[in-house]
Amino acid sequence: MIINHPLLGPRDAAEFVYKGDVGLIDRPDGMSDDLDTFHDYAYLRDNPAGEHQELWYHEQGDRSWLVVTRSTLTHEITKVELARDVARARGRSS
Amino acid sequence: MKYSAWQVFKEGLTGNKGWKPVWREPEPKAEYDVVIVGGGGHGLSTAYYLAKEFGVTNVCVVEKGWLGGGNIGRNTTIIRSNYLLEGNQPFYEKSLKLWEGLEQDFNYNAMVSQRSIINLIHSDAQRDAFARRANAMRLSGADSEILDKAGIMKACPFLDFDNARFPIQGALRQKRGGTVRHDAVAWGYARGADERGVDILQNCEMTGFIRDKDGAVVGVETAKGQIRAKKVAVCVAGSSSRVMSMAGMRLPIESHVLQAFVSEGLKPIIPGVITFGAGHFYVSQSDKGGLVFGGDIDGYNTYAQRGNLPVVEDVCEGGMAIMPMIGRARLLRMWGGIMDMSMDGSPFITKTDIPGLYFNGGWCYGGFKATPASGYCYAHLLATDRMHEVATQFRLDRFRRGLPIDEKGQGAQPNLH
Ligand SMILES: Cc1cc2nc3c(=O)[nH]c(=O)nc-3n(C[C@H](O)[C@H](O)[C@H](O)COP(=O)(O)OP(=O)(O)OC[C@H]3O[C@@H](n4cnc5c(N)ncnc54)[C@H](O)[C@@H]3O)c2cc1C
Repeated sequence: MIINHPLLGPRDAAEFVYKGDVGLIDRPDGMSDDLDTFHDYAYLRDNPAGEHQELWYHEQGDRSWLVVTRSTLTHEITKVELARDVARARGRSS
Repeated sequence: MKYSAWQVFKEGLTGNKGWKPVWREPEPKAEYDVVIVGGGGHGLSTAYYLAKEFGVTNVCVVEKGWLGGGNIGRNTTIIRSNYLLEGNQPFYEKSLKLWEGLEQDFNYNAMVSQRSIINLIHSDAQRDAFARRANAMRLSGADSEILDKAGIMKACPFLDFDNARFPIQGALRQKRGGTVRHDAVAWGYARGADERGVDILQNCEMTGFIRDKDGAVVGVETAKGQIRAKKVAVCVAGSSSRVMSMAGMRLPIESHVLQAFVSEGLKPIIPGVITFGAGHFYVSQSDKGGLVFGGDIDGYNTYAQRGNLPVVEDVCEGGMAIMPMIGRARLLRMWGGIMDMSMDGSPFITKTDIPGLYFNGGWCYGGFKATPASGYCYAHLLATDRMHEVATQFRLDRFRRGLPIDEKGQGAQPNLH
């Protein structure tokens, strides 16, 4: 698989480390959210067959986190964004 | 028909005209006591033990493809009971004991071959960890031994003992481990279940659950129409999340691909199963002579039954590093299978919060060896509504209760287990 890095251009997926579902950006609030919310966040996944948004870390590159939109049926990648931008758009980061 | 050497001899003399189909092709009944979704190794062994050990024969298995088309026919056929944790090891030892009597039990030649499994040791720390594991294995009644360098040199003289990065210093060996002919396991269980009245429906995809007004599961929608059931037992390996989402459930599971490789047929050169964990490579030799080998999972969510080239390279490098002679063999075939990787690397055999719905899954890359005990314990749960004593920790709510079974201590990151 080739991941089209927004800053560096096309890179071999082998340069990256795979983390998992993009939902991991939405960590619950440790002070106000309850245990069930944390359990679901840490352990449960949608694991869809089809379009999947997921976190990849460019460990052997510029160390940026990316959000890759990829089909789990064909491995086709349709979108690559900087995770920073996605997190900001979700109000997770300033 | 009972299979025997005499039967083979007789059929040989009479033109092999007396062999019968190994199982029926029945039409579904309107209702069963138990409907098993998924006709892989685990679904079929569940049906077999339900009928044989627990007297529940009004059972059907719905399989979307053909028997043996899933992971039961794609794995690298290794059986062993060399786990560490209390939640796992007694279960896998029960499974190994069932393998030992299996062929007599279901009257089918599954070519169970206890040719030993060897895990290589490269450092003092690894020796300590394996010694601890060897002790845990013995506590569960399994066999284990630690080989020193001379011992492993005698068993496998062809390894690269002076590898610069991973010099071989010894090994953990389980002599009762080995390999089994994987698709014969599916066929043998299917035949045994069918003989006892279980209906096996191939090309019959399950497409939804039937719920009553209180939400309980009372049957399944299938390609062959509605089938009602007192209990529905899901057992679909890599498709677990897809199927359970039809009941509105999210699982502690990601689907990943594992690849396997086979070389051309060679004369016997490898004594048993050898694992080079530090280099992500393992190998055995099939009875046809092919070297059967593999390594890590690809590591990203996927339902495509094929992997990518970086893992092919990684596995071949691992093989060349530890067993340089493998470079002389030509690669014949490779393929991938989709597995349900769980959050702690351990499986589930469990009730769910939905009445009438049971779940078996999360077997990761190690569910083949579990096939007999998984079916046995799932049948026990379905027949008695209680967990079998060796499977009490395989609950779906174990993360919520703070009781994961994490052999590697990796945490909730499926691609690291
Ligand atoms: C390459 C590879 C190597 C492996 N090597 C080993 C090994 O050496 N040792 C070991 O112990 N384990 C190994 N495993 C793991 C092992 O193969 C699996 O854990 C185990 O086979 C899974 O259980 P199963 O046999 O029931 O799965 P499967 O045979 O996959 O059965 C699941 C069945 O469910 C069916 N299904 C899915 N959805 C539906 C639906 N909606 N309706 C009806 N049916 C459905 C599928 O068609 C399939 O037949 C390996 C796996 C792979 C991929």
